[in-house]
Amino acid sequence: MSSIWPQLEALLPRVAKPARYIGLEHGAQAPVHGPDVVSWLLTYPDTYEIGLPNQGLQILYEILNERDDAAAERAYAPWTDLEELLRANGLPLFSVDTHKPAGEFDVLAFNLSAELVYTNVLNCIDLAGVPVRAADRAPHHPIVVAGGHCTYNPEPLADFLDAVVLGDGEEVVAELTEVIGAWKRAGRRDRAQLLHDMACITGVYVPSMYEVAYDHDDRVARVTPRFDDVPARVEKRTLADLADWPYPKQQLVPLTEVVHDRLNVEVFRGCTRGCRFCQAGMITRPVRERPAEQVRHMIKAGIARTGYDEVALTSLSTADFSGIEGVVADTAGEDDISVSLPSLRVDAFTVGIAAKIQRARRTGLTFAPEAGTWRMRQVINKLITEDDLFAAVESAYSQGWRRMKLYFLIGLPTETDEDTLGIAALAKRCVEIGKRHHKGASVTISVGGFVPKPFTPFQWFGQNTVAELQRKVGLLRDALHRERGVQLKWHDPKATLIEGLASRGDRRLGPVVEAVWRAGGTFQEWSEHFELERWELAMAEHGLSIDSYVHRHRTEDEVLPWDHISAGLHKDFLWQDWRDALAEVGLPDCRWTPCYDCGACTGYGVEHIVASATPPAGGSQGTGQLVFVR
Amino acid sequence: MNGARTRYRIRFSKLGKVRFTSHRDVARIWERALRRAAVPVAYTEGFSPHPRLSFGLALSTGHESLGEYLDVDVRAPLGDALDVDALIARLDPGLPIGVDVQAAAEIAPGTPSLQQAVVSCTWRIGIQAHGGSPAGDRLAARVDDVLRAESVVVTRERKGQRVVDDVRPAIVHLDLSDDHEVVAELATQPRGLRPSELVAALSPEYEEGRVVRLHQWLSLDGAREEPLPLPLDATSTPAREARAS
Repeated sequence: MSSIWPQLEALLPRVAKPARYIGLEHGAQAPVHGPDVVSWLLTYPDTYEIGLPNQGLQILYEILNERDDAAAERAYAPWTDLEELLRANGLPLFSVDTHKPAGEFDVLAFNLSAELVYTNVLNCIDLAGVPVRAADRAPHHPIVVAGGHCTYNPEPLADFLDAVVLGDGEEVVAELTEVIGAWKRAGRRDRAQLLHDMACITGVYVPSMYEVAYDHDDRVARVTPRFDDVPARVEKRTLADLADWPYPKQQLVPLTEVVHDRLNVEVFRGCTRGCRFCQAGMITRPVRERPAEQVRHMIKAGIARTGYDEVALTSLSTADFSGIEGVVADTAGEDDISVSLPSLRVDAFTVGIAAKIQRARRTGLTFAPEAGTWRMRQVINKLITEDDLFAAVESAYSQGWRRMKLYFLIGLPTETDEDTLGIAALAKRCVEIGKRHHKGASVTISVGGFVPKPFTPFQWFGQNTVAELQRKVGLLRDALHRERGVQLKWHDPKATLIEGLASRGDRRLGPVVEAVWRAGGTFQEWSEHFELERWELAMAEHGLSIDSYVHRHRTEDEVLPWDHISAGLHKDFLWQDWRDALAEVGLPDCRWTPCYDCGACTGYGVEHIVASATPPAGGSQGTGQLVFVR
Repeated sequence: MNGARTRYRIRFSKLGKVRFTSHRDVARIWERALRRAAVPVAYTEGFSPHPRLSFGLALSTGHESLGEYLDVDVRAPLGDALDVDALIARLDPGLPIGVDVQAAAEIAPGTPSLQQAVVSCTWRIGIQAHGGSPAGDRLAARVDDVLRAESVVVTRERKGQRVVDDVRPAIVHLDLSDDHEVVAELATQPRGLRPSELVAALSPEYEEGRVVRLHQWLSLDGAREEPLPLPLDATSTPAREARAS
């Protein structure tokens, strides 16, 4: 086994934050490689600080290393300063565990959690010394696979990925290891045969096994498998019971600063609140709770092992966890341990929990009402009433918080200027409430442009243009610029445009992603590296229309580029939900009301696993997210 | 959190890969290692309590050390010297490879802080020409020149300002150890001299290679002493160095 550490060591004094490249985390595994062992390089295509905490990657890292026939290491995208030095010195992408060259692994596996990392994926493949296009790879090259939320429309990366894993990865990595291991032991000969075998594993999509035809309108006409035994529609994988998977057991504790630097315990997976803009909620159904006893055990063992003084109970809506009050009370009772609940509904109940866990440091509190008017919130099915929101705000300020952050989306379907300005009105009202308690009370409004995502009811909606989003930001700036105590922040609508392009693109975007990467467009999530012009130029060069991909409303009968992928949701359920949205009709949570037959449970023979048959206490059916920030 | 506190001083190494962590990283590493070892560290009072740890002079990211120090306040005495040894054994599994506890002892109340008390440090400083090529045989002559000079004037940055200083008084000892390395004792007070500044003072053509802090020194009534001497049997350093790199 080789290591590039001696060469890398000489370069590290010349780069920023060199601790990102040394590994040595508490909890790092000691992978055992061998001729019969399938080696995985789990790669996060963004910086170490962003990628290290990723729980999906850490779970697979442990599961694979527990197997005798697999070994897993980790890699992260080197920052531009190190990349330049690596290329100048002829050095490849490497694992942080043993500094083994990426090209020596059998599998190069990427986590795709955001569209703007696509160019980084290409850069990492290239830095590994592997041809970026799957078709150009030889049997000795690693198999390039990807998992994560963006894989529900993998088509823009179809040219570059050998295989894509849909849904929960815990079980499927074992099946992949077996198939790849058999091929490796048989002498790694026919790559096409291996890919064919991989395509027969449930949950694995091999883009090269499918043919895409386009119609006279230049839209996708159909996607057909090239072989009879390859499924016409690839189903996602779903774990039936989270209790069987108490991972990570040894969460990594980094030596240097990263985001979400705390113990994370996943309390449930999936969400049925049904917020129509939320892809995560739609694609991870059904709800599978972890038993409260197991959560308690994971907290206790994790705190003792890691030395962290903070635990986050993670899920898409943690207040909905059946055991939430008990777990919070028990954990917050421990000495010196603080609890954070990264996503909570907006109501007095959750503020009550907040008060319990944040006895000190009541600095800031985050709510996500998402829209400024009740009408708009009905359209997006985020059914928080103004009374709920103001009660929560009142409760928070009266219990000592002084700053509040409110998250909103602009550019939502049916949005009028009245809805947009409703955001400013809500902000002003919150400051008024705050000033009754503290002279210096303030509110930060954070506004993001809405990007329609595959497998949501809004997948048919034409995204707002950059000009329209900028105009709406302008409305808010004008409405708030005299308002002391309200600070307005917004995402760059130009980056929102490209997120939208990649989110609903088809295979023809492959050459565009490649052209932007070749022009130097890496780290597109980082504003200092993002340049819209590169994307516009590449689209024009390839004769493609941004307008058609991003701003065009889709019709009911249109074939969507991801129709051959299945997140378990029936397309007619999503279409009906889209019609309901336009009719401003809300849809209550199916955990506590009858089934709408969205398909997520019935299709897989699994069910919601919820310990409580009644919804948690609290006012409305709101699914507001509430984030605690220090 | 009130009540009696006992202060312990810990001496540790920082060698190999872990040298690329920053001073702040090392502080965080220790906070977590102490929690893992279930050491009852005392916390500050107030709005945002933090553990009562204090470190000596910051070591630059990328530099190694055989003599780093940490003072930690503990809510109760850990007991006699034997228990301090047990503490070392308990801390070790929670520390990253390359950070090893070399010694620990209770220190008396009122002992001056490391920041105040350390007057100089001994460094082993690798020296190379820019770009990594060997420093060459002129290094010996440059060392002699500096030692013979009455003053060595350099222009350097201090708090964002360019200042001109005579750094000769800060060079307590300087020895050529071989043709690409010096061992230097550099003062930290009243105006300290950094290894990189010494290298620049030797010649603008040089840059520092591998740098190891070998000792930190206190001055007690004129006598030079380490804040915590190594126990007599601490001969395992070369092995630890090998393990860490």
